[in-house]
Amino acid sequence: MKEQNYIKLEFLSRSANEAFARAAAAAFASQLDPNMEELGDIRTAVSEAVTNAIVHAYPDSIGRISMRLRILEGQLLEISIRDWGRGIENVEQAMKPLYTTGGQERSGMGFTIMSSFMDKLRVRSAPGKGTTVVMQRAICPRVGSR
Amino acid sequence: MNISSSYFSGRLTLFLSGELDHHEARGLLGSIDDLIEEFMPRECVLELSGLSFMDSSGIAVIVRSAEKMRLLRGRLSIENPSAQVMRVLEAAGIERLVPVTSGNMGGLL
Ligand SMILES: Nc1ncnc2c1ncn2[C@@H]1O[C@H](COP(=O)(O)OP(=O)(O)O)[C@@H](O)[C@H]1O
Ligand SMILES: [Mg+2]
Repeated sequence: MKEQNYIKLEFLSRSANEAFARAAAAAFASQLDPNMEELGDIRTAVSEAVTNAIVHAYPDSIGRISMRLRILEGQLLEISIRDWGRGIENVEQAMKPLYTTGGQERSGMGFTIMSSFMDKLRVRSAPGKGTTVVMQRAICPRVGSR
Repeated sequence: MNISSSYFSGRLTLFLSGELDHHEARGLLGSIDDLIEEFMPRECVLELSGLSFMDSSGIAVIVRSAEKMRLLRGRLSIENPSAQVMRVLEAAGIERLVPVTSGNMGGLL
């Protein structure tokens, strides 16, 4: 699919960067003229994926996270979040509602929220190597604009 | 993120504002725990009209707070979530656990 624009950011797995990552994603997505709900969904899905990389990929260390956003033909926003952390043994199980290895501070609802807010969610992971989460969301063209 | 509180005849209202994510969640849960232990309310209301963003880290905070209120034989409820927060609450199915209402004047009557 034809790529019309992209950005790529890299940052450390520090929790202060969660707010930065979702704000940056929203700022890039705004060129598609999303409505409030679409923008909220994008910020939420990015926050979930980036938080997972910070909390689960690098539980006892600080590592590297990369975030790429692409605009594809047909007002399609693609978001990829990648880490080089500990990976996921069983992706299917990890994506089930309420499943968490994070204890009392996590809800186990991150993947559920990503998949209900995005049109497509794909997770690739290898234990010891890292995880890539790719999400797509079509932004509806607004009536009367441009 | 910020928290302020008001207490009146058994009802503790906690006003949350700002953005609630994993970065803020642990500190917030500590504050909520402390306030509940200080006032020992029958009812604890999370008033969310000032909360501009929340993700699933906030769901964990709500679930833990609801458990704490249940242990004290009280109950937790949520008031006035913004549209973004409401979508997260709905996707997580929180309404099966904690009542959510809109349109109250922050529990101040
Ligand atoms: N980037 C990642 N690296 C390693 N493990 C992950 C990653 N993302 C998710 N996981 C695993 O998947 C589980 C479910 O994730 P999620 O649905 O977001 O719930 P939560 O973050 O509340 O645990 C996590 O508890 C963790 O075990
Ligand atoms: Mg998560």
